[in-house]
Amino acid sequence: MTPAPVTPAPPLTEPPFTEPLLAVRDLRVDFGPAPAVRGVDLELHRGETLGIVGESGSGKSVTALAVLGLLPGTARIGGSVRLEGRELVGLPGRELARIHGRKVAMVFQDPLSAFTPVYRIGDQIAEALRIHQPLDRAAARGRAAELLDLVGIPAPGRALDSFPHEFSGGMRQRAMIAMAIANDPDILLADEPTTALDVTIQAQVLEVLRTAQRETGAALVLVSHDLGVIAGMADRVAVMYAGRVVETAPVDDLFARPRHPYTLGLIGAAPRLDGRGGPLVPIPGNPPAPGEGGPGCPFAPRCPLAEGRCRTAEPPLAGAGAHLAACVRADELAERGPAPSEVYPVPELPAPADPGPREGRAQVLAVTGLTKTFPQLKGAVFKRKVGEVYAVDGVDLDIRRGETLGLVGESGSGKSTTLYELLRLAAPQAGRIELLGQDTARLDPAAAHRLRGRLQIVFQDPMASLDPRMPVGDIVAEPLHAQAVPREEAARRVPALLRQVGLEAAHADRYPHQFSGGQRQRISIARALAVRPDLLVLDEPVSALDVSIQAGVLNLLQRLKAELGLAYLFVSHDLSVIRHLADRVSVMYLGRTVETGAVAEVFERPRHPYTRALLSAVPLPDPAAERARTKVLLAGDPPSPTVRRQGCRFRARCPVYAALDAGRRTRCEQEEPQAAEAAPGVDHTAACHHPEGR
Amino acid sequence: MTTTVLTDTVPVPAGDPAPSGRLRLVLARLTAARGVLVGAAIVLLLFLLAFLGPYLTPWDYATPNYTAIRQPPSAEHWFGTNGIGQDVFAQTVRGLQKSLVIGLLVALFSTVLASLVGACAGYFGGWTDRALMFLVDLMLIFPSFLIIAIVSPKLRGTGWLAFVLLLGLFNWMITARVVRSMTLSLKEREFVRAASFMGVRPFRIILRHILPNVSSFLIIDATITVGGAVMSEAALSYFGFGVRAPDVSLGTLLAAGTGDAPVFPWLFYFAAALLVLFVLAVNLIGDGLRDALDPTADAGRPARTARRPRRRNP
Repeated sequence: MTPAPVTPAPPLTEPPFTEPLLAVRDLRVDFGPAPAVRGVDLELHRGETLGIVGESGSGKSVTALAVLGLLPGTARIGGSVRLEGRELVGLPGRELARIHGRKVAMVFQDPLSAFTPVYRIGDQIAEALRIHQPLDRAAARGRAAELLDLVGIPAPGRALDSFPHEFSGGMRQRAMIAMAIANDPDILLADEPTTALDVTIQAQVLEVLRTAQRETGAALVLVSHDLGVIAGMADRVAVMYAGRVVETAPVDDLFARPRHPYTLGLIGAAPRLDGRGGPLVPIPGNPPAPGEGGPGCPFAPRCPLAEGRCRTAEPPLAGAGAHLAACVRADELAERGPAPSEVYPVPELPAPADPGPREGRAQVLAVTGLTKTFPQLKGAVFKRKVGEVYAVDGVDLDIRRGETLGLVGESGSGKSTTLYELLRLAAPQAGRIELLGQDTARLDPAAAHRLRGRLQIVFQDPMASLDPRMPVGDIVAEPLHAQAVPREEAARRVPALLRQVGLEAAHADRYPHQFSGGQRQRISIARALAVRPDLLVLDEPVSALDVSIQAGVLNLLQRLKAELGLAYLFVSHDLSVIRHLADRVSVMYLGRTVETGAVAEVFERPRHPYTRALLSAVPLPDPAAERARTKVLLAGDPPSPTVRRQGCRFRARCPVYAALDAGRRTRCEQEEPQAAEAAPGVDHTAACHHPEGR
Repeated sequence: MTTTVLTDTVPVPAGDPAPSGRLRLVLARLTAARGVLVGAAIVLLLFLLAFLGPYLTPWDYATPNYTAIRQPPSAEHWFGTNGIGQDVFAQTVRGLQKSLVIGLLVALFSTVLASLVGACAGYFGGWTDRALMFLVDLMLIFPSFLIIAIVSPKLRGTGWLAFVLLLGLFNWMITARVVRSMTLSLKEREFVRAASFMGVRPFRIILRHILPNVSSFLIIDATITVGGAVMSEAALSYFGFGVRAPDVSLGTLLAAGTGDAPVFPWLFYFAAALLVLFVLAVNLIGDGLRDALDPTADAGRPARTARRPRRRNP
């Protein structure tokens, strides 16, 4: 192979010529007959951050666990893992345990199950310390408090005596990091450390990971499916597909000049917060199941660049310098540097018909001042009310025909409660819901039933939202039956509906478990479309899907909207997806709408400090842009919704409030801010006393 | 029902096979399973034996033959005779008639009742739940045997159907409780929520979504009840309720023959074998039905499709 003309990588990211701290050679893991990891080579040097990125089932977590020796007994491990020259594979458990914590420490994805629920946080950290270090009880406790302080937990002395369930998710993940760095490890393994967290909390935890790495000088292995997180954190990146590393390179090089078509596809499939990047490029097909596939490159069936030779032999990981790729056409890609849309077929989206000015269009949904509180009950037999949870407390929504409204908020902000209140089609506790011109408080049962046919929902979890015991044809026809469409008519429309969402008519006789996640979500969409609704409520429809699959579903939603003139209420925690799909966006914080407006307005000129913080917390899948951004980090967690505060409810975390002088703070403390327009005639409102700009 | 027929503008190309629907798919899977066919054949043969058997033998089940007392099986008395010279074959087929019908009907009746009450209590919650569960608790603490004993003389003359209802009526409570708790967890699943948001009526949700998803439990429970009903009928008959002498059922035959089994095995083993065969066949059918209703079960799947369920993000 002729060496490709390599653009020299920045010297910073060039690995130093020293003995690697951790060297993984030809690591193979299989569970039974199906291999999960098929020959992984990795190198980790002191102080560097290695990002491992891949979709579910690519073997990234298994690789991380195999390095630690934490795989279950049924796994067979081959190859070699050397830590400072010492072989770890095949080491007895007792020896491995000495290395765990001391040399290599792990941060798990789910911090709730990583702590023992019946012991105090302090005791668990102290335990980790005393196993490896000769410390007495008091000294270990003192050190544990220091560690908690280091990871930014307020009042560490008190936090030591807390139980895990008393911590929020972000706090638990911080405590987990504190425990991991307790013994000053050389390597910190973080397996999807922020996947379960909200973006603002994710930003905090990533910052803590950086601090921890700086303080201990440890090398960090960060396993993630999120290209943005990897771009912001890693020095070098390994991309995994079907149990192998298909490309590894310094982070800038990888994102700027990917040499494997899969990497290129991943970059093209991720929606971008900054609005650049053009249409989403889905990777066709599904990743192969373990043990599936022929002798060739496992990506060949999905690859638009595949040639005859790709199907005969699997290409080795090769290349010049630090940038290696397992593709026969890597040099070509390096030379040409095509954009994802030049390689992958871009689905043609019909141009949406110009619906005319917004004011002239019919209102599909109008919500004003929606409120929903849940009573907090105590006692087993005689339940008495001890308080109230203000789940939704002042939500305003406005959707016109043919429009997508993105509803954004972190967990606990009341998004789901808002949705369920809408779908209940009953009188709300307070406020007003007007659906297709009808006030839900004044509907009789028959009218409500008719209205249900014009309002449909797609749920988040494509596994749970389809009845496992019903064939797909019956599932799709269900809303038709509910609206008393004749049986033959319904049966006749099912094939057309399935084709409309990109499935085959013959799929009607299969059961949901025979489909992949993305296909199941398409079935959900077909079911929702069956009665030709006016408004489709999408509750996190793509957050359970992999990036390459998600792109296809998002494109489908865009196409359907253009073809059918649907209005969407799109709920998501993922701002990039909202930016890509929505026309207007509504931001919620603690049960209240804080900012609303046209997507371009809100994303480019956010006025509410919370929106600004949210936007800056979303990592961009572009290392250079990610480094250049200034970040607004929010302090702490969202406060409890059981207390109704006077004044602005964001002020405890608000950077603007913190910078105000005492005189101007009073207003934030006493007066609840009302939504105010940025300028007359501009579709952009913010509920803040001191909004940014204009 | 309102007749809001939606105008269809989706072009439907001709020649598309209409989707088969659940019923036909389940039937296809059911008939593809060998166990079901064997079980159904056995049950059918048992019915044939029960209702044609009396015509095969010249002996009557009630008439004693004093010249042949406690005869072992012979060419004349195929299953032998009992202590007062009645023909055991005639008695067994007569008993089989009763027990087949009682076993199947009691199982069907109590399972249907249990699933409806349990699913309604779980799905509707609130006062419906409280009222139905109160009823269940009330029925559970009633000494059912005593009540049947008191009521059954009054039902004399109404025949075995009333007896079946009585047996079923005291047999459904625990099943209903289990169904209720399963419904409570199913109710929170998204597909049930989705259906209710779509405007599917509550009873339709129960029939189409909830009951199919608890069917595995219901089927196992029903197959156990079949055997149980035959035996509890015997226990009641022993005390003189239900089937009365000279009429017989498999249960009374077994109860009478148990003591004689070591010495006069034909008094016991023919009836016992038929009962075992019956319960076994019902179990085979139940297993097949369960697999046919559960699409993830391997057995009974007509042809394995290549697509496998993908692992979710770990």
